[in-house]
Formats: sequence, C-alpha cells, structure tokens
Amino acid sequence: MNPSVATTKASSRFRIPPGALQQLLAFASLIVLVVVFSLSSGNFLQFSNIVGILMSTAVIGVLALGSTFVIITGGIDLSVGTVMTLSAVMTGVFITFWGMPVAVGVVGGVLTGALCGFLSGVFVSKLKIPPFIATLAMMMVAKGLALVISGAKPIYFTDPHATNFSRISLGSLLGIPFAVLVFFGAAIVGGLVLSKTIVGRYNFALGSNEEATRLSGVNVNFWKIVIYTITGTFTGLAGVLIASRLNSANPALGQGYELEAIAAVVIGGTSLSGGKGTIVGTVIGALIMSVLTNGLRILSVPQEWQTVVVGLVILLAVYTDILRRRKSA
Amino acid sequence: MRKTFGKFVAGASALALLGSLLAACGTNASQNASGGAGEAGGDGGKMYIPIVSKGFQHQFWQAVKQGAEKAAAELNVEITFEGPESESQVDKQIEMLQVALDKKPDAIGFAALDSKASAPLLEQAKANDIPVVAFDSGVESDIPVATAATDNIAAAGLAADKMAELIGGEGEIAMIVHDQTSRTGVDRRDGFKNRIEEKYPNIKIVDIQYGGGDHLKSTDLAKAIMQAHPNLKGFFGANEGSAIGVLNAVKEMNMQGKITIIGYDSGKQQIDAIKNGEMAGAITQNPIGIGYETVKAAVAAAKGETVEPNIDTGFFYYDKSNIDDEEIKAVLYE
Repeated sequence: MNPSVATTKASSRFRIPPGALQQLLAFASLIVLVVVFSLSSGNFLQFSNIVGILMSTAVIGVLALGSTFVIITGGIDLSVGTVMTLSAVMTGVFITFWGMPVAVGVVGGVLTGALCGFLSGVFVSKLKIPPFIATLAMMMVAKGLALVISGAKPIYFTDPHATNFSRISLGSLLGIPFAVLVFFGAAIVGGLVLSKTIVGRYNFALGSNEEATRLSGVNVNFWKIVIYTITGTFTGLAGVLIASRLNSANPALGQGYELEAIAAVVIGGTSLSGGKGTIVGTVIGALIMSVLTNGLRILSVPQEWQTVVVGLVILLAVYTDILRRRKSA
Repeated sequence: MRKTFGKFVAGASALALLGSLLAACGTNASQNASGGAGEAGGDGGKMYIPIVSKGFQHQFWQAVKQGAEKAAAELNVEITFEGPESESQVDKQIEMLQVALDKKPDAIGFAALDSKASAPLLEQAKANDIPVVAFDSGVESDIPVATAATDNIAAAGLAADKMAELIGGEGEIAMIVHDQTSRTGVDRRDGFKNRIEEKYPNIKIVDIQYGGGDHLKSTDLAKAIMQAHPNLKGFFGANEGSAIGVLNAVKEMNMQGKITIIGYDSGKQQIDAIKNGEMAGAITQNPIGIGYETVKAAVAAAKGETVEPNIDTGFFYYDKSNIDDEEIKAVLYE
C-alpha cells in the first residue's frame, strides 16, 4: 500500500491525465498486492486460488457495479445488500413455491431488484427524499419483506426442475465458474452503458452539476429513476448469483454487503461526491478487496487485523482521490 | 409534475394513516395482554410469560419458539416470543426486555446478548418479584432462577473426539467459527480446540477463522484456508452458517470425501449433506427442548415452586447411522 503513495508523487511529475491516474493507481496497487502475496506464499498464485478470488469477488462485484451508477450521480444506495437478499428470496419463490421454469424465476429475481431500484429512484427524484434516507428505508423494507415472504426460513432450490439453478454460479467454462463470467459480462455491459449511452452521459452530468443539467433541459427526475433502476437491476442479478452459489435463498443473508460494495466503488476511484467514476475502476476496486482478504487469509493473518487493513486501504484510496483533485484544481 | 407530486403526498399520508391505525391496534392488543396478565396473577387465569430471545429469523430460534409454544399450550399460559434482528443489537434487546418488564408479566424468559448490559433490568425484575429464566447461553448473574442451555463446551469437545476418530488421530484440521465475541462462539471454539490440544497431540489446528455465520463469507474463508493448507484432513464448522460454508467450499474445490467435515446445529442442507456422505456428522443442540424447558421453568417459578438452577437441555452427535432415529429426528429442525 505504501508504494501507491509513492507513485502518487512520482506520477504527477509524468503528467498522466488526471482522469486515468486514480485508475492506474488502483491497478498498480492490485499488481503490487498480487506480487507481494505471490512472493510470500506459494499457495497464492495457484489457478484454483485465483479462481477462488474471482469467485468471491463475483457477488460483491456485481453489487459494486450497480452502486457505481448511483454514486456517480452523487447519490448512494444503502439498500443493495438487502434488496439482493429479497431478489434471492423472490427467485426462490418463483422457482420452488410457484414451480416456474428456472429461466423465468431468474428474470423475476432480477426484475425484483429492478423494481426496488425504480422505487428508490421515485422516492429520491419525485418525493425529494435524500438518497441516504430513501435507500435506508428501502433497505429496511426489503429486509422485512424478505423475512415475511420466506417465512423467516431459507428456501432451497431442491425441486427436480431446479437442478440447473446452481449451475448459474457453479457451472464452469474452461475452469472458470459462470459466476465469474457473469460478473465480467455485467462489467462489460455496465461499462458500455456508462461510457457509450445517453444514460451514462446524463449520469455524469447529474453528478457534476444537477442544477445545470436541469437548466439545459434534461428531465432530471426521469434519468435519476432510470439510474436507480439500473442499480437495482444489477442488485437483482447479484441476488440470483448468491442464491445460485449457495443453492438456497437465506433471508438472514446480505447484511453489511452494501458497505463492502461501496468500499469497492470508492477504492476503484469513483468519487462519493459524484460526477466521476468508471466501471473498470470498480472492477479493480472489488478485486483489490478480495485479493487483500484472500492474501491475508492465506498468510494466516489474524482476522481482526485483516479488518483493520481493509479499513486503512479505504482511507488511503479516498485520500489519494482527494490529493488528485487538489492537484487538478 | 405538481399533480403527480400531489398524488404522492396523498399516497404517503394514506400510508401514514394506515401506519398509525396499525400502531393503535398494536397498543390495544398489548394493553389487553398486559391487563389480562395483571388480573391473572393470582386468580387462576392465564399466566403471561414474555420470552426475549437473541433473534427470531434463524431456524434455531424458530425451533426454540416452537418448543416454547408447545410448553405454553400444555401448561395453558400465554407467551410472546421476540428477539432482535441480529445478535449484535444489544440495545434493541434491552429495549425489548424493558417493554416486557413494563407489562408486569408473571415470569420472563431471557437469552442475554450481553449480560452486563442487561444487569440493571434484571435487578428491576428482581425488585418486582418477576422470576427470570435464562436460556441458550445463560446470564452471568445470580438473578435468573434457572438457566436452560446446551453445554457448548462439552458439545464441541464431543465434536473434537469424533473428528479425531474419523481422521485417525493425526493430521491438520481447521475451524470456521461464527464469531469471537459471543458466548456460544467462544465456548464452541475453546471446547473443540482445548479437547484437541489436550487429548490429541498429533492433530494440529492450522487455522481458526470467523465468518459471522454468513454462508457466503464462510465459504470464501474455508476455500482460502484449504488453499493455504493443502494437506488439510478435517474441518469443523461451529454453527449452521459456518458448517454450510465449509461444505460449499469442499464441494467447490472438489474435495468431497478427502476432507472430513463436522458441523454444528442442523438445517436442511446439513441433514442432506450428512445423508449423502458429504458431511461426516454434526452436533445438534435441542432448541425445541430449550424453549420447552424455559417456559416450564418459568411457570414453575411463577407459581413459587423450586426449579433446578441448571437445566442441561442436552446435545447429540448425529451422523448417517443415527439420523433417522426417533430421538435425533425430534431435535433436528429444517
């Protein structure tokens, strides 16, 4: 981690465009971490461990991809952890309670997330409830609904017609689990939406200066709802992934996941004050989090200290962002 | 847009109205309950015993509730069962205990998340002559007239003996525990660890990690441990989430049959895994018994009868060979 501070100073002399710097820094930190862990443990750089790291990035990673969108608007979505749980539970309801085909259940699960995101968007834009509060409320509503709907019991995907459900996460192609492929696929789609479409353009505009965006004739409320819905859609996808990996939908799951997702977004260089951020950054941020925890686990670092280290990394990431903005200002 | 906003305001106020109506109903109901209980005190009406648990959403607590309801029906008393959403919400639990005490119940069942934090309220219960029956992990206080709990240290020790037997008394093993601060976490960890260290010098515990009982986190933790220790022969998961995490990890790394898994508690996935041989066995507490004994002791204490101070609600080791025995079936909860 120290090396990345050093690079901040060095690289500013080389005049790297400010936008790319944070991402480069994050990427450099990731490489440094991988090198350090590979040197200190022979077990780290094995194929199975790399796959394990990618696998443990998948769920939080997809949540983080979604969170990137709202965070770029300068908003936040605190509900992604529990909406993920609700989506998982609804997938279970569709497939095992109502006996729907797996594909329909999966779509239903994703749509559950999208619907929650849509509602959060309406609360934030039309009702003018601050995102923090609106999504906090959504977080509690989703948590409660997940418990009510499931009867406070896990739902298992053990119906004969649901045997393929766990393959969505656990099936593999050339040794790469589908969950990992879904994560990268979602990242590509997210990246394209953010950089190539009108949604992406308005997303950045909203985060940079909402008032100016409104004055230039953009229907700000409409696009905010769209963006929260996108976040919700990713969240629903994460719900399907987690349910499929555990082959069950547990209503007690997912608490605290929103904070890990936000941490990944922030480490990836997306600014919590909005207007700036990339999907690639978020992917790197999520990878840094899981490489770090995996590496520290393999080195048998006591878990209490692992938590301390992750906290420090978040501090460092935000601090380098502040440094960068001070310089570019 | 103003029009739609108006609609939302109307909708929101309707919701608020509904909320307050519901709240009003709620208060009435609880007033009735406490009123009824107050009258009931001495004249043979229904006794009222609130049970304040550590949680309600996990299957374990649902099973405790089931046992408590069974005893309540048999003894013809009224109970309520509640607990905070997560086991870190000490303050919420204290509030629930406070509300329960304010209803002036005949006795109370309580599983403390934090004994020290609940001490003042327990004093209050004592001052008001409301007998307290502790359950699950006990309360470090002499106020509870009885404690209905599993001896977690002994139970985890039994898991260690079984592990030693299954791996032939030597080799590397690891543990996933739910947390390092709760009584059950500490007792199960130490019960298992100390037994191994005392009795089996050739078994080495190479790592102990804490997964918060979260299935996904425990899976990733267990995978990392397996990666770091390729010669691992056994894995102990100290609660349901931990055990399922270990099971998932072993499956995802295709090590079924090569690593001996011993779990704790029950649940559909553990039961299935034991039946199909992916998990060697597990310790089960008797949550239905915990709930049942708690209410039974509370009723006895409220009537002024003497109760056994330490009610050991028992534990079992179950595996493929005995999972279908009636005795075991009765304590497994899906």
